[in-house]
Amino acid sequence: MDSDAVVDVRGLNHWFGSGDMKKQALFDVNLTLKRGSFTVLMGPSGSGKTTVLTLVGCLRAVQDGSVKLLGQELNGAGEGQLVALRRRLGFIFQAHNLHESLTAAQNVMMGVQVHGGVPDRTVEQAALHALGLVGLADRTSYLPGNLSGGQKQRVAVARALVSSPALVLADEPTAALDKDSAAEVVDLLKRMGQSRGTTTLLVTHDNRILDRADLILTLEDGRIIRVEERN
Amino acid sequence: MSRLLQRLFGRLPIGWLQLTHNRTRFAAALAGVAFANVLVFVQLGIMNSMGAATLRPYTFFQPDVMISAGDANSLTDGGNVARQWLLQAMADPDVTDGMGLFIANVPWDRGDKDISLTTFGIDPVKPAFLAPEIATDLTLLQVQDAAILDRLARGLGKEEAAAIRPQSPLSFETQGRTVTAYSTFAGGGGFGGDGYMLVSDQTFLSLFPARRSAAPDHILLTLRPGAQPEAVIARLKTLISDPSLRIRTYAQAAEDDLVYQQTRRPTGIIFGFGVLIGVLVGLVIVYQVLSTDVADHLREYATFKAMGYGPRFFLGVVFEEALVLGILGFVPGLIVGTSILLIMGAITTLPLAMTPSMAASVFVGTIVFSALSGAIATRRLAAADPADLF
Repeated sequence: MDSDAVVDVRGLNHWFGSGDMKKQALFDVNLTLKRGSFTVLMGPSGSGKTTVLTLVGCLRAVQDGSVKLLGQELNGAGEGQLVALRRRLGFIFQAHNLHESLTAAQNVMMGVQVHGGVPDRTVEQAALHALGLVGLADRTSYLPGNLSGGQKQRVAVARALVSSPALVLADEPTAALDKDSAAEVVDLLKRMGQSRGTTTLLVTHDNRILDRADLILTLEDGRIIRVEERN
Repeated sequence: MSRLLQRLFGRLPIGWLQLTHNRTRFAAALAGVAFANVLVFVQLGIMNSMGAATLRPYTFFQPDVMISAGDANSLTDGGNVARQWLLQAMADPDVTDGMGLFIANVPWDRGDKDISLTTFGIDPVKPAFLAPEIATDLTLLQVQDAAILDRLARGLGKEEAAAIRPQSPLSFETQGRTVTAYSTFAGGGGFGGDGYMLVSDQTFLSLFPARRSAAPDHILLTLRPGAQPEAVIARLKTLISDPSLRIRTYAQAAEDDLVYQQTRRPTGIIFGFGVLIGVLVGLVIVYQVLSTDVADHLREYATFKAMGYGPRFFLGVVFEEALVLGILGFVPGLIVGTSILLIMGAITTLPLAMTPSMAASVFVGTIVFSALSGAIATRRLAAADPADLF
């Protein structure tokens, strides 16, 4: 295995359902994400993109094949190990999934506090700094209900990146955004990823994003049908 | 508040922020918890008042030992005790004195309604058997048909009762005779009667011609100071050859009565169930509030799970909510509960009141049951699967 790889997937198969309803979703998927790379996973809906993302993100148990994340094998890993690994990841969801009762700053603080043992002041400063980086320094005490769609997604980006995760997993982060907001969010991800050496795996079928990718993987019916390296 | 909680928990007070985010719903949840508290307070108040009302007549007397019939489960229940046992008991060197106690109810026609007075016939020359407040007036009873009346009796006006003095007595007819009250004492309506009255044993026997002086309802004994009541009782049991009699310390008799009222009489059992149902309803209300809140935030919780928060974090959040609801809901519950008990007490003259021990036990109960409901409610968290977020 490439020692520089943050994610290394070999011969990954996955099934949903059981008995007669059992249906194979992934067939012999192989992929490697290099440290600091920005990878886009493309494909029509139902092709298995999200399944790959949830398996790599420790949100589903690996059934068959090997998924190595940050050097640890996920196949057969215990719940405690998976939870600990998740803390080293940053998730960005299609819907922003911010907590409606928390201010922008408090939402971002949740991304720091998960590590525990961090003094309150440090947590708050980290959150405010992250919000400043995504251009929301003047919106820190706003509740999500008072932010626009693009602003909410930027808060979500700040929350995912605030504790400098090794890997950011983003699932269609631009789907609910207009063209300008989408470009802004992707640029933000790319820029912050580069400056912090963060690896990014982004699932989308938004063509506007492709020119920012280092690697484009196309998935169809559970198989990777095209691998396109850029630059 | 939020800052304070943050320091306290060492994390953002998610539960508090979540609860207070929707003010209307928060108010409704607190009202629910307060209602459950009021329910338990009222039921507990009624149950305690039954205990207090049961024990009240015992406070009028202060003997050391009481001899009662085998079926005398309370002061007013059961058969008579032959007075010859009083003479037998006096043979014991530690028994200093004895007195027969006669008990019966007399009706008093108060015009618009009859009230019932539990009447005690006592020996008016033996003040040692009576509580100090009554003992000072005891000589008044040496006059035939004289009485000391309960000034807290139901149906007796406050001013009317306050006017009763030796120089301005109150007379009324009962049992075909005219009874005259020369003084009053603090009794109070109970569940068995509307109030109490003390008369001499001679007056008692005139009011109830069918009763015999040789057969009082109970025999009260005083002991020499320093005597061991248990040892005396053991000797009395050999001295008194009727094994069906109950010979107990006076305090034991009062306690037995209380247990009897609470566990064997329908009213006691009903009030006990009232408390139980109040607690169950409270549990259901708190559970409903918490589990609805968990269900409403499943998406947020799933997000937190994905971010790497573990089960202890979620349990902490739900416990935090349970504590907030339990503590903040208790305050209005205590205020409303106390008011209701005061109003009910004023209407019924039953000893209904909020006691510190009641308030404390309901508070602890609220916190424990809130936490318990919270723990049950977190089971719904299993449904928060972060894989469904994508």
